[in-house]
Amino acid sequence: MTEIRTDKAVKSSGLTRRTALKGLGAAAGLMMGPGFVRYSQAQSAEPIRIGFQCHRTGIGAAYGRWYERTTNAAVKLINEAGGINGRPLEIVVEDDGTDPKRGAEVVEKFANQHKVDLVYGTLFSHVVTGSAPAAGELKIPYYVVSEGYHVASGKLNRYCIQPGITDVKAQVRSVAPWIASNIGKKVTLVFPDYAFGHDHRDFFGPAFQEQGGEVVAMLPIPPTETSFTRYFPQIPPDTDAIYHVMVGPAVLTFVKEMGEFFGSQGPALFGFIDSLEAVDLASPGLEFLEGSHFWEGSPRYLQPDASEAQKFYRDAVGIDENGASVNDPKDVSTAAHMFGCWETLYVIKAAMEAADYKGPEDRAKLIEATEAMTEFAEGKEHPQGDKTFNGKIHQCFGHQNISLVENMKLKVVHRTSIEDGIYEPEADYMTMPL
Amino acid sequence: MTGRAPSGRVFALHAAVILGLLILNFVLPEYHRGVFSRVLVLAAFAMGYNILFGYTGLLSLGHAMFFAAGLYGAGLPVYHLDWSVAPAFIAGIVSGAVLALAIGFLALRTTGVAFMIVTLMFAQVFYLITLFFTTYTRGEEGLVIRQDLRHLRMGDLDLALTDPSLRYLIALVLFSAVLIVTLFIVRSPFGRSLVAIRENEERMRMLGYNVFTNKLAAVVLSGAFCAASGAAYALLFGYVGSGFASIQYSILPLLWVLLGGAATTLGPLIGTLFMFYIVDFTSGFMPAYLLVVGAALILLILFFPKGILGSIRERWAPWLP
Repeated sequence: MTEIRTDKAVKSSGLTRRTALKGLGAAAGLMMGPGFVRYSQAQSAEPIRIGFQCHRTGIGAAYGRWYERTTNAAVKLINEAGGINGRPLEIVVEDDGTDPKRGAEVVEKFANQHKVDLVYGTLFSHVVTGSAPAAGELKIPYYVVSEGYHVASGKLNRYCIQPGITDVKAQVRSVAPWIASNIGKKVTLVFPDYAFGHDHRDFFGPAFQEQGGEVVAMLPIPPTETSFTRYFPQIPPDTDAIYHVMVGPAVLTFVKEMGEFFGSQGPALFGFIDSLEAVDLASPGLEFLEGSHFWEGSPRYLQPDASEAQKFYRDAVGIDENGASVNDPKDVSTAAHMFGCWETLYVIKAAMEAADYKGPEDRAKLIEATEAMTEFAEGKEHPQGDKTFNGKIHQCFGHQNISLVENMKLKVVHRTSIEDGIYEPEADYMTMPL
Repeated sequence: MTGRAPSGRVFALHAAVILGLLILNFVLPEYHRGVFSRVLVLAAFAMGYNILFGYTGLLSLGHAMFFAAGLYGAGLPVYHLDWSVAPAFIAGIVSGAVLALAIGFLALRTTGVAFMIVTLMFAQVFYLITLFFTTYTRGEEGLVIRQDLRHLRMGDLDLALTDPSLRYLIALVLFSAVLIVTLFIVRSPFGRSLVAIRENEERMRMLGYNVFTNKLAAVVLSGAFCAASGAAYALLFGYVGSGFASIQYSILPLLWVLLGGAATTLGPLIGTLFMFYIVDFTSGFMPAYLLVVGAALILLILFFPKGILGSIRERWAPWLP
């Protein structure tokens, strides 16, 4: 009844300019009131919340510490520049203990209790694989920074994406031509006898053969091994190079024993820096690595020809020219991997802007917007270098660095092309339902 | 009370617990319902461990292998052979039971510390086997069992195990089945024989009991329960990885049982719940939460040396089974 009377009143009297101005003024006054101000701001500036699945404890703690610092640095910059779609970015951290079971629980906690917009930041492959089913069931985007082949293999689900770091298959394919051209055609593989090592075994062999090389021996090392001397006699004498991907604390023993076994007469060495991330190269026992080569995703040591974007990124994260914390020279970073957090956050930002992301109801649009991306230009948002992105396999492709150990520092001697790492996709997530 | 049939009070308590858990499915917030689903499955693992440790007095440090046998026994046929859920679940239980029979036959030739070491070594062998066959298991990285494979199909009925409510109810059915069987066992002559073996093995032998056979039966039952839990975990949550065969998952059920109360039917549930929530709660406040968890466990052991339910039974409710 009241509405009808009001209608009639308006119709009979007409809406004069003075009445309209009074009404607008009253509305503006209400908006200025303390309670309403808070409410109206909350509507426009409600933060976008990202659940950061962090390895704060467990075997990945060193990586987790640096992934968190890199994340915080990138978020600070994004927020200073106006956030995403005008909304600030807020990071909610949960420790997964570097454990796949806890990882899945953390994804559920992010989705159902913290009510975040998406989950991000996982490194270790087993945590990613363990958490992926929960992300798929809850239909929450899961942006990982893991370098595993699990995402690109198509074995996970449409909600799992890796846009900020290349995968192991691309990395291995990228370095194979350089090894064949610069170190030798006959390589012995020394790798841990589990999934991480098997990826290197399975992907390097065929890629190396394409370059005219030959894997003359493969030495899988059981994960419980603590001494490696008995394996070295199995390395054929005509081996030009030993390709090693040992990880964990045993790597120090491995390098020391290998140095003692071969002396200065041994084959050349090529390794993946994964083994020595967060480890000071000047550590006792590592002097045997002098003159050997390593793969690095992003250089640990500031290179003379470093781009302005790279310098900007390093300053923002807080690492010195040796790749250690500016606050503690002994706190060595995980530089080869952690740039992936920075770049992934900028991909999320770009995808949210492209999808005009408003909230969890737009999660599927966010996935589709990410899948639609094809290239990331080098710059402050992508300081490691330019990249391409394949939406079918949810995986980016980029440059790799090959570095020489010289005076116990890493000097980049070759940068691979993006094409070196490209391979035929084995899956198409885009055909899966969202 | 005859001692063979459960008293009304015991029946009522267990029925109330199951009923309470059923009601929780409809009232718990989404996150906590998911937590309870996992905890109920893992509580079945702890109850399996309790049969051997709590009632029979055999401290195994290798029960991760039985859980993992169920996990792989169910998960691998689904992943590689496209088996449906029901036969895969049965395969998981059979895998664990057969493994337990073989391990029990060998390990029960030892006692005390030697039994702990032998079970630990067998579990380590099992763990390394899961890594050795990485081609099929993907080792420590593990396998994801696709959502579309995790459906329970019976005739026209098609139930998605990924549905949170259904998953909770299936976890509750598993938990309830293991709980009821455990209750039945511990109040049966066989269960009393196990307790008697725990208290005085020599006297039982002197009285004419076949101690070895009874202990072997306990190992097989325990292994089958743990395998059922592992199989359910793989099928309900979709992940199979060798981490579940590692030493950590042999220690955890021991911890859960000790916290809740060894040789109590409901203690394993309380211990599993307590451990989950103390980690979940404290990790939200500080990075060094494991320090707080450790301190809480020490305090608990100081004031509840027989576990939460064990101490309650000792002080206030001696009728608790």
